[in-house]
Amino acid sequence: MTLTQAEKAAVVAIWTKVATQADAIGAESLERLFSSYPQTKTYFPHFDLSQGSAQLRGHGSKVMNAIGEAVKNVDDIRGALAKLSELHAYILRVDPVNFKLLSHCILCSVAARYPSDFTPEVHAAWDKFLSSVSSVLTEKYR
Amino acid sequence: MVHWTAEEKQLIASVWSKVNVEECGAEALARLLIVYPWTQRFFSSFGNLSSPTAILGNPKVRAHGRKVLTSFGEAVKNLDNIKATFSKLSELHCEKLHVDPENFRLLGDILIIVLASHFARDFTPACQFAWQKLVNVVAHALARKYH
Repeated sequence: MTLTQAEKAAVVAIWTKVATQADAIGAESLERLFSSYPQTKTYFPHFDLSQGSAQLRGHGSKVMNAIGEAVKNVDDIRGALAKLSELHAYILRVDPVNFKLLSHCILCSVAARYPSDFTPEVHAAWDKFLSSVSSVLTEKYR
Repeated sequence: MVHWTAEEKQLIASVWSKVNVEECGAEALARLLIVYPWTQRFFSSFGNLSSPTAILGNPKVRAHGRKVLTSFGEAVKNLDNIKATFSKLSELHCEKLHVDPENFRLLGDILIIVLASHFARDFTPACQFAWQKLVNVVAHALARKYH
């Protein structure tokens, strides 16, 4: 699945806004993930997952930074996330189903904060983009 | 039988009371067809679905979106009996419409995103939790009579 030029443009355009609140959006997305899909908490037994926790905020930032890297390198997401891909395959081994769940929660957070920017076309482009990112992160699993 | 806490019922009811079923339904169905274009396979009789603009303006899409969300409202009104409420619809979707139940999950998640964009900060994680539970239960009920 490759993104069209129009889709790449849509991803980049909304990112400039999202980036200004990246940390908050990252934390909120994780909060939504752990709340709606409690089974995802099993990957974080070592974390304080209470609302507003420093670890939650820190991890949310990490996730959004990685997404930012993918946006900056939208023509070569595989190259940009190669190290992260190995990390997920060999160390973290998060079950692939969870990438869809987190992607959905990120879309919810973005939609809630930028409703007028989150048009159906932007929604489609971002869904596809996050799906691409997820594919890259799981492609070395086996 | 699904157990709903008082808080979940309240969160569901309070969001639903502010939903414009016609607008929300139309938008949810349109987004489904735009974001997951393969879902258009069920709507070859709907006319022009060639672009997001065409889909958003398509009167058949709007009408059908409204119909679907109105039906969803029956679940909200019958939280304690969703299985029975959708029994006949489940048979219909299997025997006549031949819809893969995965599509119910896709539409449910799209609906959640539409609610998030309409209610913004009011669509809290707790709210999302209650609504994810509801769309799951509805999807499950619609798939239950498949054979």
